[in-house]
Amino acid sequence: MTLPNDIVITPQLVADHGLKPDEYQKILDLIGRTPTYTELGIFSAMWNEHCSYKSSKKWLKTLPTTGPRVIQGPGENAGVVDIGDGQAVVFKMESHNHPSFIEPYQGAGTGMGGILRDVFTMGARPVAAMNALRFGAPDHEKTRHLVSGVVAGIGGYANAFGVPTVGGEVEFDARYNGNILVNAFAAGLVDTDKIFLSEAKGVGLPVVYLGAKTGRDGVGGATMASAEFGDDIDEKRPTVQVGDPFTEKRLLEACLELMATGAVIAIQDMGAAGLTCSAVEMGAKGDLGIELNLDMVPVRETAMTPYEMMLSESQERMLMVLHPEKEAEARAVFVKWELDFATVGKTTDDLRFRVLWHGDEVANLPIKDLGDEAPEYDRPWVESKKSSMLAENDVPQMDVADALLALMGGHQIGSRRWVYEQYDTLIQGNSLQRPGGDAGVIRVDGHPTKALAFTSDVNPRYCEADPYEGGKQAVAEAWRNLTATGADPLAATDNLNFGNPERPEIMGQLVGAIKGIGEACIALDFPIVSGNVSLYNETNGKGILPTPTIGGVGLLPDWSQMARIAFAAEGQVILLVGSPANRGSHLAQSIYMRDLFDRKDGPPPPVDLAHERRTGDFVRKLIRLGIATAVHDLSDGGLAVGLAEMAIASGIGATVTDITTADPIPQFFGEDQGRYLVTINLDPQGEEITALWDEAKSLRIHAPWIGSTGGTDLVLGDARAIPVAALKAAHEGWFPTYMAGE
Amino acid sequence: MKSAVIVFPGLNRDRDMIAALTKISGTAPAVVWHQDADLPDVDLIVIPGGFSYGDYLRCGAIAARSPIMDKIRTRADAGVKVLGVCNGFQILIEAGLLPGALMRNMSLKFVCREVKLEVTNAATDFTRGYAQGQVIRCPVAHHDGNYFADSETIARLEGNGQVAFRYAEGTNPNGSINDIAGILNDRKNVLGLMPHPENLIESAHGGTDGRALFSGLLQQVA
Repeated sequence: MTLPNDIVITPQLVADHGLKPDEYQKILDLIGRTPTYTELGIFSAMWNEHCSYKSSKKWLKTLPTTGPRVIQGPGENAGVVDIGDGQAVVFKMESHNHPSFIEPYQGAGTGMGGILRDVFTMGARPVAAMNALRFGAPDHEKTRHLVSGVVAGIGGYANAFGVPTVGGEVEFDARYNGNILVNAFAAGLVDTDKIFLSEAKGVGLPVVYLGAKTGRDGVGGATMASAEFGDDIDEKRPTVQVGDPFTEKRLLEACLELMATGAVIAIQDMGAAGLTCSAVEMGAKGDLGIELNLDMVPVRETAMTPYEMMLSESQERMLMVLHPEKEAEARAVFVKWELDFATVGKTTDDLRFRVLWHGDEVANLPIKDLGDEAPEYDRPWVESKKSSMLAENDVPQMDVADALLALMGGHQIGSRRWVYEQYDTLIQGNSLQRPGGDAGVIRVDGHPTKALAFTSDVNPRYCEADPYEGGKQAVAEAWRNLTATGADPLAATDNLNFGNPERPEIMGQLVGAIKGIGEACIALDFPIVSGNVSLYNETNGKGILPTPTIGGVGLLPDWSQMARIAFAAEGQVILLVGSPANRGSHLAQSIYMRDLFDRKDGPPPPVDLAHERRTGDFVRKLIRLGIATAVHDLSDGGLAVGLAEMAIASGIGATVTDITTADPIPQFFGEDQGRYLVTINLDPQGEEITALWDEAKSLRIHAPWIGSTGGTDLVLGDARAIPVAALKAAHEGWFPTYMAGE
Repeated sequence: MKSAVIVFPGLNRDRDMIAALTKISGTAPAVVWHQDADLPDVDLIVIPGGFSYGDYLRCGAIAARSPIMDKIRTRADAGVKVLGVCNGFQILIEAGLLPGALMRNMSLKFVCREVKLEVTNAATDFTRGYAQGQVIRCPVAHHDGNYFADSETIARLEGNGQVAFRYAEGTNPNGSINDIAGILNDRKNVLGLMPHPENLIESAHGGTDGRALFSGLLQQVA
């Protein structure tokens, strides 16, 4: 077989497509001839790291992905988890790191657009979004520009689309100077009997293109996202897609209307590698061939080549296989929403992926092999070196009040209000907890009591120091944040951001983190139902901190029993549930050490998963019984920061007296895991609290009474009293001051 | 009272508005697609918030030139009450049903937060659920809510009781002139406001201060 090919395939051209010589040889062996230029592009799109998971697949397979509530695990556009009453929550997190660094507004906006599309492709109406953002050092010259562009880009897209942003993370570290992370999460609600999948069924059925027209934006985007950055970064701007949330909003409404007509057999959004990936996926999953006629593809630029059309990452496009008898009805829906609707091909029974253009066949490839035969590597890896514990007496000293004020007004803890006020956090009218608490919570629309909680967590400092413990901690922290609202943690999505996997030490980080994540997910019954891997997050050979972001979802049976972080009243007992005997001790990798003393040595705090689970289940029970009046899990900055955040959220002070005679610094700033601050409305001398302590004791949980709420100051042991107003001023001050360039 | 919610492509608080009207009145409003031939016979027409036509050209400019706006103008002239919230306010201004302009927020950023509103004129069909001078909580979520008009128009609005709501206690989120948050037409049957009372109507929203606007309206004709 010969196909017309004007462009000679040279080794350089192959390399420019991100294909290694052995990978190209595999292509030659598979098809028995030299590929056409278009075919080379198709292989490059399907076999890059971003689409094929070739470095991570072996390890991803080890993650727990099933559970009694899991309807759909990884492999579809998003994971699906049963929430009862015939409904399910559909969710996923995905990175848009490289594009956001090159062009922050469009990069971040289209990241949001892509993840929303993943959710509504499955038939779900998006109900919540989050984003986990990691930028370079605050004093790096590009950081302000990137923060303002990314935040505006996410807001510009999500606000116009109409989904509330209910949570997220923003962190700064010099290790992201040349490679920021933008991880976008979306969740939607769907009826369990109306879930749509990408698997095509039936031969000779129309393959229909829907949505926006195809342009040249984003050509080669997925390949770009699978390469490291060099100094030629600005030249890559044309590979970033341009978003149009107005079209996406119409596409959402049109797709949901179309799905309701019963016309849709299979649906796949055009994300990374656009038309190529979506068509191949639909065909390969259904054991069918696909024939595309590019002359029928709606285009918005003239003289587009088949190569460009197949690799364009123009946004807001969908591919569907429709029941032919419903085509007219389907077309009417799209005409109403003024979106393109074009039959661009058909399903076939020959398992070939055939692309026609101007009467020529420009690609004819074995469709299953494009996915199934994608290279899969067992890359060499070395276990990350473990660091030794800090010496017992190695505690740099600082006045407790000064340290707390410095941390509250620092870049790590400072309020993210500047960011989240640019997001619509209350559209749809179901937001019960907006950003600023432990997790975002929304009502399940139409249900009298149910609500969903969402959180996004990872501590890259911990992961750098010990990827395995860091991976465990990220899962535990997400589970803990959901628990702190009173939710039952349901399942999670993971967004694994790492450097170049061809370096054994980076591969070792990935392997270690996945092992930790898997172990924690099993111990906490918290399966991973969707996810995304972003590798090659490096610039000029310098990798990012290993950042396996965990997006967690939980279910509250009754939101009237939900807990918040704000102290509820004065004169309430504060318990430190899950406390070690000494309240806190682990300072290595804490922000006290990093941000106040520039110390980055030592291991991260270990997570005892069995203790984690017992403690969380106990806290959730206290919430459901109405005993807990406010709950906050402890994380960055330990006990002192946790108390300060609860005080700031309420305007009520607290006095903590139960601190052992030992050095107060590890007790107040240690980041020991599995701890919650819980205020209760019980008499501290009464029988009920004794019963509570007896129960905790039987569960081997330590829950000391460490102090009481009240007054307008936060009093930490012997430290000077700090007015809550001063804490609040420090907390609210950092971000706006920084962004104003002051 | 019968009400209708108008939907243009790109609006996204239509569902919030429909929910609020339904919960408060007990009856679902008619939902009218902008291309529908008929505008039902109703007592209240609501244009909800969002990003009609993607806010392209100018916020509300394209929707304001949609044929359905002529029908709404005719109804307004006949005394039917018309409420525009956020993008709906922008559309009413672009359509000439209300005076002035809504410019980009002074911060140049989208802003979503809770503000305080003073009920500047409680003697209208829209505001009689409140007391004159009452300060209420209300959320805002917009990018272009910076109200502006020439001094003559402002003087007329102020003198004629056409300022319905004013941002209070230093919470003006967008730099609008005279802290104006919502205005009425001369006849006071058309109200446009940037804040979202429909998002503060039940305990789940953390407050019910927005409720009186709808309950006051809906009780009048019922």
